[in-house]
Amino acid sequence: MKFGKVLFVAAAAASVMTAAAQAGTLEDVKARGELQCGVATPLPGFANPNADNVWEGLDVDVCRAVAAAVFGDPMKVKITPTTSKERFTVLQSGEIDMLARNTTWTFSRDVNLGFEFVGVNYYDGQGFLVNKSLGVTSATELDGASVCVQTGTTTELNLADYFRAQGMKYETVPIATAEEGAKVYDEGRCDVYTTDASGLYSLRSVLAVPADQVVLPEIISKEPLGPLVRHGDQQWGDIARWTLNTMIIAEELGVTSANIDEMTSSNNPEILRLLGVEGNMGEQLGLDSKWAYNVIKTVGNYGESFKTNLTDTLNIERGINAQWKDGGLLYAPPMR
Amino acid sequence: MSAETAQNARRSGGASLFTDQRFRSLFYQALVVGLLGAFIVFIVFNTAQNIEKRGIQTGFDFLSAPAGYDIAISPFIEYTAQHSHGRVFLVGLFNTLLVSALGIIAATILGVFLGVLRLSPNWLVSRVVYCYVEMTRNVPLLLQILLWYAIFLGLPSVKQSMSFFNDTFFLNQRGLILPEPLPSDGFMWVPIALIIGLVASFIFAKWAHKTQDATGKIYPVFLINTAMILGLPILAFAAMGFPLDFAYAELKGFNFKGGMTIKPEFTALWFALSLYTAAFISETVRAGIQSVSHGQTEASEALGLRPSWTMRLVVLPQALRVIIPPMTSQYLNLTKNSSLAVAIGYPDIVQSFGGVTLNQTGQAIEVIFITMLVYLTISLVISSFMNWYNNRVRLVER
Amino acid sequence: MSLTEQQYAPGEHPDLPAPLGEAGLIAWFKKRLFSSIGNTILTIITLYFLYDVLSTVIFWTLTGATFVGETKADCTLGGACWLVIGDRFHQFMYGLYPKTEYWRPNLTFVLMILAIIPVLFDKIPHRGKFLLFSTLFPFIAFFLLSGGLGMETVDSSDWGGLLLTLVLGVTGIVASFPIGIVLALGRRSNMPIVRTLCVCFIEFVRGVPLITILFMASNMLPLFLPEGVNFDKLLRALIGVALFSSAYMAEVIRGGLQAIPKGQFEGADAMGLSYWQSMRLIILPQALRIVIPGIVNTFIGLYKDTTLVSIIGLFDLIGIGQVAVADVKWRGLAPETYVFIALLFFISCFSMSRYSLWLENKLHTGHKR
Repeated sequence: MKFGKVLFVAAAAASVMTAAAQAGTLEDVKARGELQCGVATPLPGFANPNADNVWEGLDVDVCRAVAAAVFGDPMKVKITPTTSKERFTVLQSGEIDMLARNTTWTFSRDVNLGFEFVGVNYYDGQGFLVNKSLGVTSATELDGASVCVQTGTTTELNLADYFRAQGMKYETVPIATAEEGAKVYDEGRCDVYTTDASGLYSLRSVLAVPADQVVLPEIISKEPLGPLVRHGDQQWGDIARWTLNTMIIAEELGVTSANIDEMTSSNNPEILRLLGVEGNMGEQLGLDSKWAYNVIKTVGNYGESFKTNLTDTLNIERGINAQWKDGGLLYAPPMR
Repeated sequence: MSAETAQNARRSGGASLFTDQRFRSLFYQALVVGLLGAFIVFIVFNTAQNIEKRGIQTGFDFLSAPAGYDIAISPFIEYTAQHSHGRVFLVGLFNTLLVSALGIIAATILGVFLGVLRLSPNWLVSRVVYCYVEMTRNVPLLLQILLWYAIFLGLPSVKQSMSFFNDTFFLNQRGLILPEPLPSDGFMWVPIALIIGLVASFIFAKWAHKTQDATGKIYPVFLINTAMILGLPILAFAAMGFPLDFAYAELKGFNFKGGMTIKPEFTALWFALSLYTAAFISETVRAGIQSVSHGQTEASEALGLRPSWTMRLVVLPQALRVIIPPMTSQYLNLTKNSSLAVAIGYPDIVQSFGGVTLNQTGQAIEVIFITMLVYLTISLVISSFMNWYNNRVRLVER
Repeated sequence: MSLTEQQYAPGEHPDLPAPLGEAGLIAWFKKRLFSSIGNTILTIITLYFLYDVLSTVIFWTLTGATFVGETKADCTLGGACWLVIGDRFHQFMYGLYPKTEYWRPNLTFVLMILAIIPVLFDKIPHRGKFLLFSTLFPFIAFFLLSGGLGMETVDSSDWGGLLLTLVLGVTGIVASFPIGIVLALGRRSNMPIVRTLCVCFIEFVRGVPLITILFMASNMLPLFLPEGVNFDKLLRALIGVALFSSAYMAEVIRGGLQAIPKGQFEGADAMGLSYWQSMRLIILPQALRIVIPGIVNTFIGLYKDTTLVSIIGLFDLIGIGQVAVADVKWRGLAPETYVFIALLFFISCFSMSRYSLWLENKLHTGHKR
C-alpha cells in the first residue's frame, strides 16, 4: 500500500529534481550533457515531430544550432513542447534553458517578465486569409465577416483593435490549435482566418485548394519572432544570440553545410574568423573554436533551414525574411 | 501497544501523557496543523519570491481593466472588447450555467427515456439501447465533443444554407438561425398571465390533494393545470391583439443579419454533454426501476391499479429513492465536464476567463482560484438542492 | 397420449414439449419482437434505423475505406483514409519513444499485465509472492521506461500515445490508492481537525473539473516551488492527476469502510488492537475487497479523463493524433484519427467495465443470504 507514495518520491528524486541556473546556464548545460529547449506544440514548419520521431522546424533548428555550438552535436537537445499559456513559466522556472517558440518580441516580455530576446529568426505580421470566391481585395471590406482567430495570443487583441478602428463588426470563432483552425476554416465555419502571415501561408498550403485562397495586403501588426533566454546570464545570452547570428551571417557569406569544408581555405577573413580558423571567438564565448563550424556543418545556415522547413513544405516565400542585401530585414551584426 | 500495557500505564496514574487518548488525539492534530501550516508558509514564501522575481502582477485590479478581445457567444449580457475582464467573468459564468442547465434538462429527459427503453420487452430495442449506452460511456467525452463539432462543421455553408418554413429558419455550419421575437406594447401581460396560471395551478393542486385525502374524490389535476398554465397566457396574448413581431434573418454580405443564431460550438458541446451524461443516467434509471421488487408491482396489480398508476404511484416513487443520489453526481459531472468547452472554443468560464484572460494578464493564481471557486459554488448549490429533494422523497419511517 | 395419462402418479408425469407457439425460435420472435402492433412497428422502425446507420458506418470504415497506399492522394474511394494510422501507428502506441527501444515499453506492458493478474483474481496459487511482484512493479516500470544503469535514458517528454495514457492512468490510480486510504480513514476519524481537513480536501477536489487542476499543475506549480527546483511537465500532470483521483478513491474506499458492520470495529477493539493494527488486520482487508469494482470504475473514469492532458500540451493519444494531423501529408484526416482513438478507448474501457461487472456479481453472490 505504501508503494505508490514511495514511487512518487522516487520518481521525483530520480528523474526530475534538478538544481538549475545558479552559477551559469552554460555550465549546467554542459554538466547535464544536453540542452533543454522549449518549442511550440506542433506547429508545422516551426516545430513538429516527423514520422521518425524527430522534431523538425525553423525553431527547432535554432535549438539544434545552439546544441551544436555547445556540444558539436545537434541531437544533444531535449525538445520540450510548450503551450502558449505555460511557455514563460517553464523558462522562468529553469525547466528549459531557452525558448524558441515563435514568440513575439515585445517590451513587456523583454523588460517586465525578465527575459532577454536574443534576436529575430522570423519577421512576421498579422494578416488575413480569405477565399477568392468572396471577391474581397482589402481587409476594409470585411464588415460582418466570421473571423477564425487563435486564442491566447496577441492576435486576438490586434483583431479587436483593428475592427474597432475601422468601425466594422465581426463574429469571432476562437480556435485552440493551428490544426483545428485549418479544419474549421476549410469547412467554411469562418470567412476569414487571421494569424501571423507565416501561419497564413502554412495554413494555405494545407487547405483543400490552396490556389483559391488569397492573403489580403493589410498587415495589421508587427510580430518579430525570436528565441529568448532568462535575463541575467549574459554569457548564455551571448551564445544564443551569436549562434543565431552565425546562421544568418553564414548565409550572407555563402557558407553552407555542403561547401563549409572548402570554405575553411577561403581568402575572406570574415569567413575564416567565423569558422574558427583565425581568431579566438569561440574561446571568448566559453566554447571551443569550431563552434560556428559545427553549427553550419550540422544544422546549416539560415537559408538552408528556411528552405527545408518552410519553402519546401509550406511554400512560404522569403519575403521580408530575405537577407538585407536582397531587400529583406535580416541584418546580422558583423562578426569581428 | 497491547491492551495490557495500556491498562497498566493508565493504572499507574498516567506514566506518560502519550497513553491518554485525548492527549494523543490533540497531539496528532497539532502535528497535522503544524505540518500543514509549515507547508502553506513554504508555498506562500516561494510564490511570493517567484512572483516578485518574475515581475508578475498581483491583486484583482485586472478585473476592471479592459479585456480587449471579443467573445462570440454572449446571449444575455452585453459585451464588447472594451468591457472589463470582470465582465468577461460574468459572460463566461453565464455561458457555463447555460450549457450546464440545458445539458442537465436534456440529459435527464433522454436518460430516463433510454433507461425505460432499455427495459423494453422488445429485444431489438433493448439491445440497440444497450449498444448505444456502452458505446457512449466508454469513449472519452473530449473525443465526442470533437466529433460532434466535426459533424456540425460538415453542414452546408452559409451560401447553401438549408431554409425551413418559408425562409424564416436557416441551418448552416455557422449555426441555426431563428427569427428574433420583438415584443411590442402589451406583451408584458403574457408573462403576468403565465405567473398567475402557475400560482393558480399550484394552489389547485394542493386543494385537490387535500380533497382527495379527505373525501377520496379525484380531480383531473394534470389536465386542468395544463389548461391554466398554457391557456391563460394564450388568452392574454390574443386579448392584447398578438403584440409580437419577428425580425427575420437575411443573408447580407458574409453572414445572416438579424435574427438569433445558435452557434455550432454551443450545440456541439450541448449535444456531447447531454448524450454522454444521458448514457450514465439511463443506467441509473434502469438500476432504480429494477431495484423495486417485483412484489410491489404484483401487489399493486392485485389491488386493481391500472398499469400506468402502478408505475406512477408505486414503482417510480420507490425507484426515485435509489435514483436521486447517483443522479446528483451525474449532474455535477455534467457541470464540471462543460469545462471541456475549451477544446472547441465555446466561451465558457474556463475558455474565456480561465483561458484567454489568464493568458492576456498572466495572473494565473488569481484567475485559476476564481475559476475553481465558481465550480465549487455551483457544485455546492446543485448538491444542496439535490439533497433537499432527496430528503423530500426519502423513505419516511414511522 | 391422453389414454396413458392416468397411469402416472400425481406429479410424476414427464414434461410435455411446449406448444409450438410458446417455445422455440418462432415463439421467441413473436414474444420479443412482434407481441403487439405497437411492438411490431417499433421493431420495424428500429430495423430500418439500424440498416441506415450500419450501412453508412460500414461503407466509411470498411468498404469505402483505403487501407493500402502511400499518401493522402491514394484515398479515392470516398470512405475513411486509414493510411495516416498506418504511417504513424508507432507514434499512437509509443509517442516519440526511440524506435530502437520499443522492447522496453512492450516488456513493461507485459509485466504490467502480470502484475495486475494477482490483484484482480484471487484464486491463483502463491498469490502472496505475486503480490510482492505487483508491489515492486511501479519501480521496475519506471526504471525500464526512463532508463539508466546501462540503458539509454529516455526523457519523459518523448513518452506519448497509448504508452503515456497508460502511464498517466496507472500512476494516477496507484498513487491515489495510499492517499485515498489515508483520506478515507481521516474522513472517518474522531479527530475533528483531521476530519475537517480531509473533508475539505476531498470536497474541494471533487467540486472542480480536472482541467482546472491540470491548469493549476501546469501554470501554478512552478510558482510554488523554491528557486532552482522544477518538475518536468509529465510529473506536474501526474501530480494533478494523482491528487484528483485520490479524492475520488477516498470516497470509494469510504464506501467500503461504511459497509463493514460496526461489530467488526468493536470486535477489533475488544481484541485490544491499536487503531492501526485493527485497520490493517481487520477492517481494511475486508473493506478493500468490497471496493475493487469501485476502484476499477474509478480507473475507467480516470483513464478516459487522461485525454485532457492533451489540452496542456502532452502527447497522449489525442495529443499525438493532433501531431499526426498537423503533418502536411495528412492534414484533414482528423475524423479517421479520432475514430481510431475512440476505438482504442472503447475496447479497453468496455473490457474493464465488463470485468468490474463480473466482479460485482461475484462479490454479490458471496454476500447473498
